[in-house]
Formats: sequence, C-alpha cells, structure tokens
Amino acid sequence: MFKLERRPTPSNAMVILTPVLAVVLTMIAGGILFAILGKNPFEAIRIIFWDPLFNEVVASYTRPQLLIKAAPLITIALGLSFGYRANIWNIGAEGQFIMGAVAGGAVGLAFYPTESVLIFPLMVLAGAVGGFLWAMIPAFLKIKFNANEILVSLMLVYVAINFLGAMVTGPLRSPVGMNFPVSRNFNEYASAYNGELIANTGLHMGVFVTLAVVIVSYILLKQHIFGFQVRTAGQSPRAAKFSGVNPNVTIAICLGISGGLAGMAGLFEVTGPAGKLSTNFPLGYGFTAIIVAFLGRLNPIGILFAGLLMALTYIGGELAQFQLSVPAASVQVFQGMLLFFMLAVEILVNFRIRFKKKEVA
Amino acid sequence: MDFSALSPVSLIVSLMVAATPILLAAIGELVVEKSGVLNLGVEGMMIIGAICGFIVAVETGSPWLGFLAAMAGGAAISFIFAVLTQYMLTNQVATGLALTLFGLGFAALLGHSYAGIKPPKFGSLDIPFISDIPVIGPLLFSHDYMIYISLMIIAGVWYFLTRTRGGLVLRAAGENHDAAHALGYKVIRIRIMAILFGGAMAGLGGAYLSLVRVPQWTEGMTAGAGWIALALVVFASWKPWRIILGAYLFGGITVLQLNLQAAGANIPVAYLSMAPYLVTIIVLVIMSSDKKRASLNAPACLGRIFHASS
Repeated sequence: MFKLERRPTPSNAMVILTPVLAVVLTMIAGGILFAILGKNPFEAIRIIFWDPLFNEVVASYTRPQLLIKAAPLITIALGLSFGYRANIWNIGAEGQFIMGAVAGGAVGLAFYPTESVLIFPLMVLAGAVGGFLWAMIPAFLKIKFNANEILVSLMLVYVAINFLGAMVTGPLRSPVGMNFPVSRNFNEYASAYNGELIANTGLHMGVFVTLAVVIVSYILLKQHIFGFQVRTAGQSPRAAKFSGVNPNVTIAICLGISGGLAGMAGLFEVTGPAGKLSTNFPLGYGFTAIIVAFLGRLNPIGILFAGLLMALTYIGGELAQFQLSVPAASVQVFQGMLLFFMLAVEILVNFRIRFKKKEVA
Repeated sequence: MDFSALSPVSLIVSLMVAATPILLAAIGELVVEKSGVLNLGVEGMMIIGAICGFIVAVETGSPWLGFLAAMAGGAAISFIFAVLTQYMLTNQVATGLALTLFGLGFAALLGHSYAGIKPPKFGSLDIPFISDIPVIGPLLFSHDYMIYISLMIIAGVWYFLTRTRGGLVLRAAGENHDAAHALGYKVIRIRIMAILFGGAMAGLGGAYLSLVRVPQWTEGMTAGAGWIALALVVFASWKPWRIILGAYLFGGITVLQLNLQAAGANIPVAYLSMAPYLVTIIVLVIMSSDKKRASLNAPACLGRIFHASS
C-alpha cells in the first residue's frame, strides 16, 4: 500500500511537471480508447497532435485555425481563473459568450448598412457589456440572496440558448435569409466584420485582444493587490475578511470580469469565424474553457499554453474524424479525460507518495 | 388558443412522468450530499445511465435489464469521481464538472449508432377494473412501474437516513468527518458508497428519460436535468419527502409549458422553453435567501476534503 504524506511546501517542479504528465497520461488513455474503437492508436495520436501543425498537406489550412480556436478559449478561461482562485464558480461562461454575441451583434445590425470605423469598437463594447450583465445576474443573486452561483450561472446557459433562438427567429432574423433562423452575414458588412488582419494566419482582432488579456491578467494576478485579494479569498475566506476584503465585491468583480471577457470573445467569434448568429452558434467553448483554466493551473501563462493545446485537440479531432472516421464525440471524451488526469496528478504538488508495507494499526 | 385539450387528469399523469427522472437523480444526490460530498457530475451520470440503459434495453429487448444496466453504468462512472475526490483529494467542484463534461462526451461516443431507434415498451400497472376507474384509475393505479419504484426509493431513503444506524453514521460523516473518523467510522468508505448510490440513482433517472419519457436516444438529451436535480436538493432542504414536492412542481411547469406550446399560445416557443430554468433559479433564490435556515439544513462538511492525518 502507499500513503500520502503532505509536503512541507508545494513542489515547484511538480507545478510545471503535472500538466505535462496529465497530457502524457491522456495520450495513453486516448490511445487505448482509439484501439478499442478499432483504430491504430499511434496514427490517431499523430493525426490529433502532430498533423495540424506539421503535416504538409493540411497544415496550411489547420495552422491558422489554431489561433482562431485558441483565442476564445484563452480569453474565457482567463476570466474564469480569477473566480476559481477565489472559490467563485462561474460555470455559465457559455451563456455569457452567447449573450455577448447577441448583444454586440444586435448593435452592429442596428447600424446596417451605415459604414463607419466606430461601429466595430461599439460592438465589442456591447458584447462585453452583454456578457458582463448576464454574469451580474448570478452575482447579484449570490450577494443578495445567497443563491448558489454554480447552479444559477448554469441555468442561465439554457436561458441564453433559448434567447438566442428567439432572437434569430425574431428581431435579428436576416431579411435576406430565406426565413432560416439566421442573422445577416457579418462578412457582408465591412464595418462589423472581424476578418483576418494578415491573410492566412488566423490573426483577427480577437487574437490580439486575447494576448493583451493574457498580459494584463498576469500583471493583475502577480503584481496588483486585486490578485492578492483573490488568492487570499480562495485560500482563507476569514483571513481575507479580516484584511479588509469585502467578499461581496470579490464576487461581483470575479463574475463581472469573466462575464465581460466571455461576452467579448462571443462577439469576436460571431463577427469573424462564425460569421452570423444562428442556433448552431454555441459550440461549447464556454465549457471547454473550464478545462483550459484548470489545465493551465489558473495561471495566465499556463492558460495560454493550455488554450493552444485544447485548440489543437479540436482541430486534430476534426482531422481524425475525417481521416479515421472516429465519432465527433471522441474529442469531447479526450478533453474530459485530460481534465480528470489534470485533477488527479495535482495531488503530487502538495503530497508525496510513500510506498510502505502494510503495518498493524 | 385552445385549452380544451388540457385535461387535469392527463396533465397530472404527464407531470409525474416529467418529474421522475429528476426525482430519481435528486434523491441520489441527496444521499451523496448528506455524506458530505458535493457531486456536480449528476448531468454526466444521468446521460451515461440514459445511453447504457438504452443500449441494453434495445439489445436484450428488456427495459428492466436496461434500467439495471443504467444503474451499473451510473455507478461505474461515479466511481471515477469517488476515487479522485476521496483518494486523490481533488476539488469536488472541479471533479464534478469534469465528470459532466466527460460523461456527455462518452455517452455520445457510446450512442452514436443508436440514434433514431425505438426502445422496447416499458409496462404500466394494470389491475383489472381498478385501473379503469375514472380519475382515480389513471391518477393512482395505471402509471408505469418506475413511478411507483421511484416513490418507494424516496420512502426507503427517508427510512434509512432517519430510522437506521447506517443512516445516522452516514449523516455523521457529512456533519463532522473528523469526529466520525475519531469514532472509528470509515469516512472514506461511507462516502464512496454514498457516491456509488448517487451514481446509480442518476443513471436510473437518465434511463427513465431515454426509455420511458422521450423514449429515444439523442445526444445531450438530459438538457440540464442533472443540474435541475442539484437545485432540487437545495429546494428540498436535504429532506427526502420534499424532493417529491419539488420534482412534481418542476414537472408541472415543464408539462404546462409544453402544453402551451402545443396549444399554440401566443408566445414564441423559445421563451416558453426558458420557463423550467427560470423557475429553478427563482426557487433557488427563495430557498437560499434565509441564510440561517439554509445553513442549518445543509450538511456541515459539504464539499470539504477529508484526509486522515493519522
């Protein structure tokens, strides 16, 4: 039998090593899964992790996709990481993502067909505000009525999905869309289109914003008093209270940041890669971002790499679906396993495993 | 708008059908939370139960075997959660979320060739003459068997938690795990058993969805039912009987909005479909707003990690 022994201080080596270990374990478990599905596991792993970046045939298409897919995941995960550090669990980022897209998209469509350079910034702002306000609902209910933010924010995802449905079949339905439940195409409206800034790189406005958010988050977390307050609130709520941190303010700020960032990511997504509002718009980025946040150990730099890795599994998963005809859901299983392994190996940071013979108690 | 199609008796019957999946999942989660563990993976365990039950029922032709398989499947996947949270001391919130994300994906993987198939029909109680009495017959004596079983499970859980030694020990682990450990009770073993029971019940609820309520398999068919079950436990203030009240109230709202949709109410379908989720939020707010009472009922060690230092 083995015994867990608490380390005197968390191991720094393990902080870096555990995500790598989790990825390796996921590759092994994923390989077994593909073998069970009757596919060659080595080929499957190569297609998912190697081909999107380095395969001569597909890489020219898949490489730009990497940034397109990673940007929203990283932006949302960064927002969530503040709350998760403070034990404030916003798991409704998907809803805030949708509401940001709807709010920002609606502002843009309201101006159609006026062209102006001011329209896009206004849309980004509206997107952030949309997500922010949507996240303020669980924040308000938590502060005022002590309602569990996990359940409220999640319920609001379903409300947001239905609201999106109501919008694209109602006020935001495209007049030229043959009555399909879709909005106007943003790529046909220059002022509202979030296109690639450099051709064939996937670099759209949102990618730059994501990078800025990574840097700001890093500074906020490591250098600013807010980062300290969030960390204290998570590790010891009582100590935080005595040091003058108002828990209600922490709740509002953490949910507000995550909602605003998710809403902004939604706006960049709908005006660029997605192109239009439709009932197919929600892709689950808001949920996958939760995995990204944990895989990055709630650290901004870690989240940057975790987001890129997760984007890789999306793209590689699509390739595998195409080339090996594995079911689409296998990517989701893969991502789920990654989170399991990440949580499991986390124990190595704070504990040491000691093997011992069974002794008489 | 045409309301004549809405007969009260058939409304009540269909609300019981709508309520049973969350009723089963919620009673399982209640036991888990009473032991001091917060498992947010109910949604994942339900959908695994839904597909396991569906596959076995279709392949064997027996819904009963399907329900058994659903319980086994739900318990099996909850075992991952049990090992991670009890032995690897992981954060219960994050692990529960992982369970939901993994479960949704894994169920879709298992079920991708089972879409669009009709499962074998599940039987209903049919006592000659008695089941045919107007009003009372359909209300009390002609439901499908699982509705009676679900109510018996509630009664059983109530009896176990409040009237047996085992239930007392389980609640002790949930209220103060250090004290329970000091008295020599195996806190981890108790919690693992509670988690497995919760998984089995969530699986059963999921299978009720895919075998009786819908009855069909579609990806992501639980559509938040597991999360509503979690809210229901708060609504019930961790008391078994109140789960029935909450589940049937919720079932009533679901059925009412579906009937309004069918009757062609003058409200867009999307807004009506929001109703169950909005009501859940409102109920949650009302039940949590009295902080003192909420903290009185909630198990004191809910969600806290237990690691015996000696």
